[in-house]
Amino acid sequence: MNTDVSNRIRAIIAEQAMLEPDQISDDATPEQLGIDSLGLVETIFAIEEEFDISVPFNANEPEKSAFDISSMGSIVAAVERLISEKAA
Amino acid sequence: MSPKKTKGDRKKTGETTTAAGLRRVVITGAGTINALGHDVTSTLAAFRQGRCGISQLDFRDVDRLSIQIGAQVHNWRAEDHFNRQQILLYDKFTQFTLLAAKQAVAQSGLNFAGKLGLNSGVVLGTAGGGLNTWDENYRAVYEEGKNRVHPFVVPKLMNNAAASHVSMEFGLRGPAFTVATACASSNHAMGLAFQMVRSGAARVMLTGGSEAMLCFGGIKAWEGLRVMSKDACRPFSANRNGMVQGEGAGVFVFEDYEHASARGADILAEVVGFAMSSDAQDIVMPSAQGAERAITAAMQDARLNPEDIGYINAHGTGTAANDKTECAAVAHAFGHHADRLMMSSTKSMHGHLIGGTGAVELLACIMALRDGVIAPTIGYEEPDPECALDVVPNEAREARVDAVLSNAFAFGGLNAVIALRRV
Repeated sequence: MNTDVSNRIRAIIAEQAMLEPDQISDDATPEQLGIDSLGLVETIFAIEEEFDISVPFNANEPEKSAFDISSMGSIVAAVERLISEKAA
Repeated sequence: MSPKKTKGDRKKTGETTTAAGLRRVVITGAGTINALGHDVTSTLAAFRQGRCGISQLDFRDVDRLSIQIGAQVHNWRAEDHFNRQQILLYDKFTQFTLLAAKQAVAQSGLNFAGKLGLNSGVVLGTAGGGLNTWDENYRAVYEEGKNRVHPFVVPKLMNNAAASHVSMEFGLRGPAFTVATACASSNHAMGLAFQMVRSGAARVMLTGGSEAMLCFGGIKAWEGLRVMSKDACRPFSANRNGMVQGEGAGVFVFEDYEHASARGADILAEVVGFAMSSDAQDIVMPSAQGAERAITAAMQDARLNPEDIGYINAHGTGTAANDKTECAAVAHAFGHHADRLMMSSTKSMHGHLIGGTGAVELLACIMALRDGVIAPTIGYEEPDPECALDVVPNEAREARVDAVLSNAFAFGGLNAVIALRRV
């Protein structure tokens, strides 16, 4: 896991959850962090802006999206994949 | 508490007031333009056929959008309907409105010269107003670096422009204004028009709404919420993946029953009830309780029992959240009767016209009452246990219904439900 990417995402999620970055564990789910659907959409927007990537995510079918938002760790993995795809 | 009907509570013909001593209100004209057609006849034909008006969007910079489908009005040539000076003053939402209003007034046979014009008005719904005008002129000053815009930009883009031009076109000198409650704008507008005629504040009201949000800025803003579908609008289907925007207008003539019957007007349907409620909860997530309160109150206002309702034109946006919430609200409001009534979403065909949607959807209600044809929910592919009602999947159905509801539940938690009855 790229610590730089991970830390930047942690900061975005922490801001949305109104917590300190070190309070966000890798297995924390958006639900556990109190991030609702609107907060999730805002988080994804912030990630797109931060890394200049396009995140495929439809709020109507989050489970079908190619972007796994089930936990902090899965979001980091998905962002890393998008960054490497963009570089390729 | 459900309202109890007593004998003679509402007489079918002849009576000019309701049991509560209020004026009766009837619809004597209808007009529309939307992706399914440029008039009522072609729109109703599309409803019967279950035809889809959604296609690839066609406007400037569409290639920069991630959502590229919509129910766009095709073959629209403003110059076929308006002169050069009018086109300079009319944003597309006003153009659509005027076309629909002219059709409605022509059908009603009304002439507003003299006293009738003083006692008549117009109340319309729109969410975006002159959004194309905003979009074009922002592009001119920001992207193209121009330092001058056309002098009519403000009167063209303002949300009340359409209502004002309708009042000028027909000489309607009574109440005239615009309602903006996002996706419930038209239902709120029509509900207020109904109340004004029912109370005697106006003799005739032109009402309905319009939207022309299909432009780069309009869709780009919606993309942000990630609730739009990239492929189709499939309300109530388990595999639904979002809403699809439409554009156009619907305008109706709401007329005092006594006035309409005295002149021998052809009555399309009677407007019998209206209610509105606010969720007071969340700016985008709907509440089943808020929706249910509006549904129940509309039936009470109409003095109808749940068993009287044969059809509901659903809000049915095709989003995960709306459709299951709406079905829960209907199931709760109607109890065992929920399994016997029909509820379809015509947004699957004409898209979501946002502030104009309730107006176009009222046409499906009139068709159900007058023609005995229930418009289908097309694009329906997989049953969803959370939407376990008869959603009239994919094919129109013949059925006699005596009373119907039309639902609208807007962002902001604002709900508006109208009840119509066969005359």
